[in-house]
Amino acid sequence: MTYITDAKVVSHRRVAAGCRRLVLAAPDIAQAVKPGQFLHVRCDGGTRAGHPRGAPTSVGRIGLGWVGSADPLLRRPLSVHDADRERGTVTILYRVVGRGTGLLAEKRTGERVNVLGPLGRGFEPPGHPRQSGHPCQPGHPRQWVGHRRVAIVGGGLGVVPLFFLARELSVGVPPGIQPANAGTPGHSGVPRRAVAVFQGARTAAELDVVDFSILPVDLFTATDDGSRGHAGSVVELFLDTVCHEPVDWVSAAGPPGMLRALAGALETLGLSGEFSLEERMGCGIGACVCCSCRIGTPERWEYRRVCADGPVFPAREVVWE
Amino acid sequence: MKTKTAVDIAGLKLKNPVLTASGTVGFGEEYAPYLDLSGLGALVVKTITLKPRAGNPPPRITETPAGVINAVGLQNPGVEALVADILPRLARFGVPVIVSIAGETAGEYARLAGRLDGVPGIAALEVNISCPNVKAGGIAFGTEPAMTAEVVRRVRENTALPVIAKLSPNVTDIRTIALAAAGAGADALSLINTLSAMVIDVERRRPLLGNVFGGLSGPAVRPVAVRAVWQVYRAVALPLIGMGGIMTARDALEFILAGARAVAVGTANLVNPGAAAAVAAGLEQYLAEQGIGDINELVGAAHRTGG
Ligand SMILES: Cc1cc2nc3c(=O)[nH]c(=O)nc-3n(C[C@H](O)[C@H](O)[C@H](O)COP(=O)(O)OP(=O)(O)OC[C@H]3O[C@@H](n4cnc5c(N)ncnc54)[C@H](O)[C@@H]3O)c2cc1C
Ligand SMILES: Cc1cc2nc3c(=O)[nH]c(=O)nc-3n(C[C@H](O)[C@H](O)[C@H](O)COP(=O)(O)O)c2cc1C
Ligand code: FES
Repeated sequence: MTYITDAKVVSHRRVAAGCRRLVLAAPDIAQAVKPGQFLHVRCDGGTRAGHPRGAPTSVGRIGLGWVGSADPLLRRPLSVHDADRERGTVTILYRVVGRGTGLLAEKRTGERVNVLGPLGRGFEPPGHPRQSGHPCQPGHPRQWVGHRRVAIVGGGLGVVPLFFLARELSVGVPPGIQPANAGTPGHSGVPRRAVAVFQGARTAAELDVVDFSILPVDLFTATDDGSRGHAGSVVELFLDTVCHEPVDWVSAAGPPGMLRALAGALETLGLSGEFSLEERMGCGIGACVCCSCRIGTPERWEYRRVCADGPVFPAREVVWE
Repeated sequence: MKTKTAVDIAGLKLKNPVLTASGTVGFGEEYAPYLDLSGLGALVVKTITLKPRAGNPPPRITETPAGVINAVGLQNPGVEALVADILPRLARFGVPVIVSIAGETAGEYARLAGRLDGVPGIAALEVNISCPNVKAGGIAFGTEPAMTAEVVRRVRENTALPVIAKLSPNVTDIRTIALAAAGAGADALSLINTLSAMVIDVERRRPLLGNVFGGLSGPAVRPVAVRAVWQVYRAVALPLIGMGGIMTARDALEFILAGARAVAVGTANLVNPGAAAAVAAGLEQYLAEQGIGDINELVGAAHRTGG
């Protein structure tokens, strides 16, 4: 189920230079959303125009009547960073890059933002508690079925949707469980948590935008400038680490260069996984085919819609330009 | 007071004058959660070609003040998929379906028209001779009167369905193209398709869209589209379907007053999936408020009151 709603701004804070965290009251979306899904956000003037039923009519303000600003016209796709099903809120975290996000950054607490969502197909790591038929309800004790160890790999702001995934996968899982592969040759033998997060960024300051250390996960960090964690790429760190602490699955998001390198690493390791992709969007609901990306094999691929067929696709099916 | 919103386009009876513009709602299904399709005058589906088309490389859409520029390149599953899978699924929505067609040669248009003739669930054909993203020999069919006439005539010969020619604004004088289409047997005209446009990515110092050029639509083009409807209304006696930047019922009224008997909502659907229904509801309310018994009284009314 997807919803279109004027969501009230519960809080809106700067989290780092140029990055903001926006908490919206949207109970229906909060209930429905899964990690990896996104919202299509009207950044300006959208509140009244966004109503499918239209605004009150009178001469001079007819039908949709007042559309607010027609610039920017299109909604902006932004991943769900977290959801609080109990409170009925969804959080997005974004970088101010252009006109849309610039206007969004001006929204104050109590104002409304028109959002459409949740949209897209999210992450589906095998062995996810959700797939065992276990209800994902607040306060419900989770059972970790499958005992698989999932690696979550993110670069830059690609980690935004991964936080939600990491939280859903790790909360309720007993700390220090032995993953199914413990004891297999090469494993360090140290009890490890079920979720390993590999977070890469340019600098330590950029790492701080999303703090995975508050979650019960094993966290590995890398920075390009070496200001924290491994100095170098997160894919290098991932490769070095999983060689002696195997994982069963990789869920990843980040800049295309990083994902491409990671795709190579997965192939080397014979590992499966899934990547979240980005493309410019029109409708966000699968109708306009503006958001196409190449899915298949290098020899035989077809355009698929990031908004409706993705944004998460099987890693080995992404065809890089 | 009871108002009449039904309109007749070349024998095609529509419960209200609001359509969806081709390419902006796909084949309609994705919009069903947000938009009561049965409340539309008609659903114009995405342009279909004989063979499936992959379309242009991404990025396919970008923005400009008050407009969007798309370069989808007519990605579609081909006419056989339309007939076998899509049309049967559309039947349940209870909305007249207008199928938009395009080809690379006049012969392809003719074959498409023939293939769709007699297929249940089609109310009319819209002949897309105006897509700026696909071209035969470098130009769109609809930018040249002789080619326009050739395509429309071949479609006309191959179908009993009402034929609506969709015109391009990328021409010196849209009236000459409209006259050519009318002379070749078109029953109605849709105007306008998108304006050829481009955006340059200043950071990367190169064209932004994968296809370099795209088609501009949205509020930015509305005055151009209203002008085109006004001009063609004076030149040609065919029913007109006006479109270009309609976001509100007020915008739709501009087109109707300029001479459009029906209107299509395009880009607004991307912004607000309920837009077309809101435009239809707004028109109805306007008629009631103004004490106008029949929307047809407004068609071309701006010509009669000066200008
Ligand atoms: C599925 C998905 C999830 C995303 N999640 C996040 C997130 O959680 N946090 C975040 O900061 N950013 C995210 N992005 C990128 C975000 O959508 C863009 O940064 C944003 O649209 C820029 O808008 P703007 O108006 O500020 O920039 P402008 O450059 O003014 O935008 C112009 C146009 O380009 C599009 N555009 C620009 N950059 C991108 C991009 N990287 N991807 C797709 N379209 C783009 C805009 O939507 C708009 O249509 C996501 C993108 C996608 C596709
Ligand atoms: C994303 C997109 C795709 C389109 N695809 C088609 C198409 O396949 N066939 C067609 O005849 N017109 C197509 N159009 C043009 C619209 O049908 C319409 O003529 C134009 O956008 C002007 O109306 P608007 O400003 O309300 O969108 C497309 C427009 C957009 C924005
Ligand atoms: S944005 Fe319209 S199909 Fe994806």
